[in-house]
Amino acid sequence: MLQSGFGNGLGNLQDALNSFGAQNAIKLTLMMAFLTAIINGVFGTLLAYIFVRVPFPGRDLLSTVVDLPFAVPTLVAGVMLVALYGPHSTVGGWLERHGIHIIFAPLGILLALLFVTLPLVVRSVQPVLIELDTAEEEAARVLGAGGLTTFRKVVFPALRPAITAGALLAFARSLGEFGAIVFVSGNIPNKTLTAPVLITQLLNPTTFGAVAGPGEAAAVSSLLFLFSFVLVLITERVSSHSLQRAAEL
Amino acid sequence: MAGSIQVRGLTKSFGTFRAVDDVTFEAAEGTITALLGPSGSGKSTVLRMIAGLEQADVGSVWVAGEELTEASVQDRRLGFVFQHYALFRHMTVRKNVAFGLSVRRVDKGTQRERVDELLELVGLAPFGDRYPDQLSGGQRQRVALARALAPRPQVLLLDEPFGALDARVRQELRAWLDHLHRELGVTSLFVTHDQEEALELANEIVVMNHGRVEQVGPADAIYNQPATPFVAAFVGSSNVLRGTVWERHVHFGHSIVAGAHEIPDGAEAIAYIRPHDIEITSEAGSTSFPVAVERRTDMGWMSKLHLRLEDGQPLVAQLPNDEIEAVEAGQRLFANLRNPKVFAADRAEDESATVPGAVVAPAETETQPQAEAQV
Amino acid sequence: MSAISTSARADRRKARLWRALMLSVALLYVAVLLLAPLGGIIYYALKEGLGEVGHTFRQSDVRHAFYLTAIIMVVTVIVTTFFGIIVALVLARDRFVGKRLVSALVDLPLAVSPVIVGLMAVLLFGRGGWFEPFFAARGIQVIFALPSMILVTIFISIPFVIREVVPVLQELGMEEEQAAWTLGASRLQTFRRVTLPNIRWGLLYGIALSAARSIGEVGAVLIVSGSLQGQTETATLYILRAFDQYQEQQAYIVALTLASFSIVMLIGIETLKRRASREAG
Repeated sequence: MLQSGFGNGLGNLQDALNSFGAQNAIKLTLMMAFLTAIINGVFGTLLAYIFVRVPFPGRDLLSTVVDLPFAVPTLVAGVMLVALYGPHSTVGGWLERHGIHIIFAPLGILLALLFVTLPLVVRSVQPVLIELDTAEEEAARVLGAGGLTTFRKVVFPALRPAITAGALLAFARSLGEFGAIVFVSGNIPNKTLTAPVLITQLLNPTTFGAVAGPGEAAAVSSLLFLFSFVLVLITERVSSHSLQRAAEL
Repeated sequence: MAGSIQVRGLTKSFGTFRAVDDVTFEAAEGTITALLGPSGSGKSTVLRMIAGLEQADVGSVWVAGEELTEASVQDRRLGFVFQHYALFRHMTVRKNVAFGLSVRRVDKGTQRERVDELLELVGLAPFGDRYPDQLSGGQRQRVALARALAPRPQVLLLDEPFGALDARVRQELRAWLDHLHRELGVTSLFVTHDQEEALELANEIVVMNHGRVEQVGPADAIYNQPATPFVAAFVGSSNVLRGTVWERHVHFGHSIVAGAHEIPDGAEAIAYIRPHDIEITSEAGSTSFPVAVERRTDMGWMSKLHLRLEDGQPLVAQLPNDEIEAVEAGQRLFANLRNPKVFAADRAEDESATVPGAVVAPAETETQPQAEAQV
Repeated sequence: MSAISTSARADRRKARLWRALMLSVALLYVAVLLLAPLGGIIYYALKEGLGEVGHTFRQSDVRHAFYLTAIIMVVTVIVTTFFGIIVALVLARDRFVGKRLVSALVDLPLAVSPVIVGLMAVLLFGRGGWFEPFFAARGIQVIFALPSMILVTIFISIPFVIREVVPVLQELGMEEEQAAWTLGASRLQTFRRVTLPNIRWGLLYGIALSAARSIGEVGAVLIVSGSLQGQTETATLYILRAFDQYQEQQAYIVALTLASFSIVMLIGIETLKRRASREAG
């Protein structure tokens, strides 16, 4: 279907990659998605652990807050970040004076992606943690393992497939994100322009005029699509592995 | 409203695994029949095929003389009680019981009467407005029964009806089900892996193993005249003794038991002997032979004697304490083995319970004292 | 003896400290990442007072944008609920060759960029696309019109109902449904009276997610709609334009409205669900 992007062989792809800052856009997109997956992999797991194992008043409330990104439209998430960190706002202005650039900078893109993908990791890890028998942890404690050792040797290995699946989902989602990024990034070619935003620009006649069009957009899309598809396959593999292991236990 | 159940040549495979293999039997009108076998013997699959929840590859199912093999589950109008009750968790007890009537659009007044009648019958009249998770296991099982009986089915199918309950509730429910059956007379077929349950409740027992029927018969025939080594080992506890046949007797060392009628001389044979079929004497008799007492376990009203034959094979006897007051470990006495069931060893070769000396089906020794005490 | 109890107490204190530390880190992360931006937009949207809010909602293009978003949401929710339930039942109840593939395909819209989805629609239905002649012959405008906007939104929102309902169905098992059959209930009666009540919370949550996603969709809709002001401009596309035209205030107000709607819907369902599970439990 997308192969209409390759209408005249691989020429389109090469042309597209060599112009319009496409190469850098894809590089930036991958980089940001990677960082998002790692950071939310850690914090998402932490939050899931707290939801399941650390009782405290207001846990239900925190759980609802973590689901906010599911409810908030991604474009609105981007608008929120601009409102808070924009150069004319109190917080943004203060940060700007101290040399921290968020809006129109990669840091803003990262924040937007972290916002959008946090619940994906939490909700992927949480059910596995609920299923995990506390008896295993207790056994480890009785055998003399400290809290950290227990987590590292008992809890983490059991959660690894779920964390990986959640992080991969966050990665895939980040690769394709448009709404949350479009305002925050400023879309400066070769600097803060991500692949999905580039695709919309290629399709918009006012940006590049007659030079670019659906062909070029399709070429960049195909590459992005390929990444996503591979990710879905890996995720499916990882999660079915974890299911199998759970079934064996 | 009762009808007979006939099953002819039922066969069912899951992939390459043959779960049910050419099963044929009949449950007569108004009786209770047990499908008895170890887990994985295909008994539940047979029950589910009768209900239409599984499709048979080959064979036919008849209820009250009518063939139901191709009928849908809904049209068969059979009562089915699931092992884990399968109560509708979002409905009250009343709604659960009324379900089979309301889906058939029976009018509200009749529904109410029938539900009242059934709740009374199963002794749950005060619990009508509760939800299933507010009931105990035994109460849920009775709701499940009431629900299955509400549309007045011709036959009642029960899948491990007491499987998920603890021992005491099981005993109670068993007695109660027996009573209920006498009152209603609905043809009932239940699946169980508990031989004691089958022996106590059923008029007729179908013993299954590896998807095949091993024996069909009333309780005493199954217990006293097992048709196959499997039945001898599975139903009731048995000592397993291995020996060689010579002139219709099994020889192990100098000891001999009779009963090897159709086994050629020189062949290996296995004798199954019930622990309570062993008689202990202090003097040798014409049919007894020497044993050494290795250990005595006193269980209150009776004792288990761990014996060893001259050729080294172990043997466990169960005897009332007042018959063996003087017996202690280390003594050399004489044993008389009554009612041996003898099979050629090659017939029993594929069974797991052929290890000499093993007393199989230990469930009986655990529960028998209670059962006896009640009598 | 006393040494042991002292070290046990020290252990407990250490465990408490660990928990407090984990909790603080997690709360800080959530506060900075999620709550601060939410607070920010509420502050800036309402900074100029409610008069500005009223003024924004009186603009005809804003009203039309919300109207369009509502239509897209309603159609999307109806379609994704209907198909979602059917697909979920098939995935949870039936065994068939290629089930893994179907399950992966269902997740695909979550992984593929909405921008790509929009592009695919343009390539299929736009000038020179496979389906273009068919619709052109019937005088139906697909691209740059409502049909394609609904189509891509449905595609993107398909996974939510399915992903929420399948695990519930799997955990539920089939016994209750089979019990209903043995009691004479037809497939439809069984679904309506046994299955549906058991999956209702998962289903509602999936519908809410689906609705939230459909009102928030921007990437795909941007590409297929042409974003014609007052014609094919949804609420999110309005925000996009307002920002470009330096009308940040209006953009904030519309954005906050969208967010509030979704948040209230989701929190409402979560609260109902908790209350129901507490009553049942």
